[in-house]
Amino acid sequence: MSLILDLATWSAIGAGCVFILVGTLGLLRLPDVFSRLHGAGMTDTLGAGLLVAGMLMQTTDWLVAAKLVLILVFLAFTSPMTSHALARAALHAGLQPWTRDKP
Amino acid sequence: MGRTVSLAVVMALLWLALSGHFEPWLLGLGVASAVLVAWIARRLEAVDHEGHPLHLAPRGLGYWPWLAAEIVKANVDVARTILSSPASVDPAVFRVKAGQKDELGLVIHANSITLTPGTVTMDVEPDGWLTVHALTPATRAGVESGEMDRRVSRFVGEA
Repeated sequence: MSLILDLATWSAIGAGCVFILVGTLGLLRLPDVFSRLHGAGMTDTLGAGLLVAGMLMQTTDWLVAAKLVLILVFLAFTSPMTSHALARAALHAGLQPWTRDKP
Repeated sequence: MGRTVSLAVVMALLWLALSGHFEPWLLGLGVASAVLVAWIARRLEAVDHEGHPLHLAPRGLGYWPWLAAEIVKANVDVARTILSSPASVDPAVFRVKAGQKDELGLVIHANSITLTPGTVTMDVEPDGWLTVHALTPATRAGVESGEMDRRVSRFVGEA
């Protein structure tokens, strides 16, 4: 039983790391600040979610579990706020979003 | 008044979950601080349907799992876009009309769009027009299909 749990934990944490890595790669590869936000958005949704899911499987203490879930709840409220603030600030500063027809 | 009481109860439960103390003296202090915060929030007139939207919780049980599934799907899509050739990146900025009348519903809708990778809400206008930045034509089509709009309307009780 604990072997299955350990395997599930490692898969979740491994997959979370992959999504964070790909999100970071997106920060480097995508063309402008607006499209890079999408890459950053991956790290704090599925990336963080899978890491927390992996940690949840290793705890038997409900207080620790509640705190882990609260991390996700607070992330779900704060991360879109910061993404939106960043996009709005860039727009107000006069940055034009990059598109295919006008690079 | 009911909303203030429920805010105090939620605060006290949050305090309990974060502290893990069950001794009567500390429990009392936790409850006292929760009541104090709820009282201050009431004085600030922050305890309304926006500041403490507990009435949404039951219908949220239907909306949040759907949103979580959408976030997983969108994550896989964006990961594929980033890893594939740069030619698949075709960002667009477009405007879409949100059906929600209430500001709370608009904010939930805009935040849900931003939380889904591949789309970011850049601007929200009071009359319900959202300016959205999409990474690919597929993510743009996802927003324009209006499914999220319908589900948010149902979630906040406007449909």
